[in-house]
Amino acid sequence: MRLLFQALSIAKKDLAIELRTKESLNAAGAFAVVILLLFSFAFDPDANATRELGGGLLWLVFAFAGALVFNRGFARELPNECLDALLSSALSGASLLLGKALANLAMLIAVEFVSMIVFGIFYNVRWWLRPLELTGVCVLATWGISVVGAVFGALTVNLRLRELMLPVIVYPLLIPLLIAAIEITNALFANQPLSAYELLWGRVLLVFDIVFTALAMALAETILVN
Amino acid sequence: MPRAIELDQLWKFYGDYPALRNLTLSVAEGSCCALLGRNGAGKTTLLRIIAGLSPFQRGTVRVFGLSPRNENARRQAGFLGHGIGVYEDLSAEENLDFFARIAGLPSPRTIASTWLDRVGLARVASMPVRQFSRGMRQRLALARTFLHSPNILLLDEPFTALDDRAIAMLSELLIEARARGATLLISTHQIREALAISSHVALIENGRLRYAGERTPEMLDDPALLYRLHTELGAA
Repeated sequence: MRLLFQALSIAKKDLAIELRTKESLNAAGAFAVVILLLFSFAFDPDANATRELGGGLLWLVFAFAGALVFNRGFARELPNECLDALLSSALSGASLLLGKALANLAMLIAVEFVSMIVFGIFYNVRWWLRPLELTGVCVLATWGISVVGAVFGALTVNLRLRELMLPVIVYPLLIPLLIAAIEITNALFANQPLSAYELLWGRVLLVFDIVFTALAMALAETILVN
Repeated sequence: MPRAIELDQLWKFYGDYPALRNLTLSVAEGSCCALLGRNGAGKTTLLRIIAGLSPFQRGTVRVFGLSPRNENARRQAGFLGHGIGVYEDLSAEENLDFFARIAGLPSPRTIASTWLDRVGLARVASMPVRQFSRGMRQRLALARTFLHSPNILLLDEPFTALDDRAIAMLSELLIEARARGATLLISTHQIREALAISSHVALIENGRLRYAGERTPEMLDDPALLYRLHTELGAA
């Protein structure tokens, strides 16, 4: 309970700072919208083939936009040595990572929502037909991306080339999660009932989230102090 | 007397360079130990290890008998490093409220208000820290460090660059902390000020402990005496 309370305090603090500075949201949101617009010019948005690629396009955009969010997550703690103040306090490492992942989740979901609107307009895709399932996929997949982003954001925070290193490390790890999210999202955009095939990918998403959340919490102290 | 801090044969390396060499030191509960040494002697490294912020390669470190990374040990510690450790984009009140929450204090908002009053920042409580003057930031950092009434205070050159008001405030807080039985470990270059409030002294040179013991009246009369008697440079 204490762990969750501390994690929520971290997330609340990060979101309060973000709402004032809008550093991550502006960068990630603008990036996502620009990429979607550019692709809409490059391909014929009315073609069925383009719409079938919609899930893949969206999740790649979310993953790239996520890197912009994660880079700021721990970098926000560097001025005034705030990270030292946190790590020397009673805050547990697991709470810190969990809080960062929660803040990442909230910011990425906001970016995803804006991107979905742009996507619907420019690609003529009615993404709102299966809102519950789509929300479920977005939350599950985004949580996985957020946890991995928080862990590697912590690991790369003191690197000079962290903006470059973070995506290089994170994307290969996200491959199973992205495939799962893309498969399910494509089925939802086609307004098909989810088959056993998509449900299997749903389980992959769930397992990915559980495994990486557990790993992040178990290794938090080692990651943060070393 | 029970020991608040115990270091036994501590070694810390940065690459191949030994920043701390076989350092053994204990600080009694309720004492105030001035950690002296020239730049690069290893004072900051030592404080960071005790605060659980930096790993070490050999030896043992105990804070109230616990590992420095133990949550109970950290709950009892207050650390003030070179940075002020507060967020520029939050207000003073939000900063203190946040740190009170993660320290698990009851009614964090009330505690934040009390400390803002205490450090003279109540009038600017809702102003973002980025608009604060240097002196105001320092006072906020003091409030952040002391707000959970830590039993052990690890202060890295706390007097450096403080304005007169902040120095008076820090001195008052240190005296108060000692009166309630807290243990203080203060690294500093301001030998005279440090010796005036300390009960013990530890002198480090090149990562080695050169002297550890009670502060004597002779040291107060001649603050350079320690360096002359116990360091290689002083002897030369």
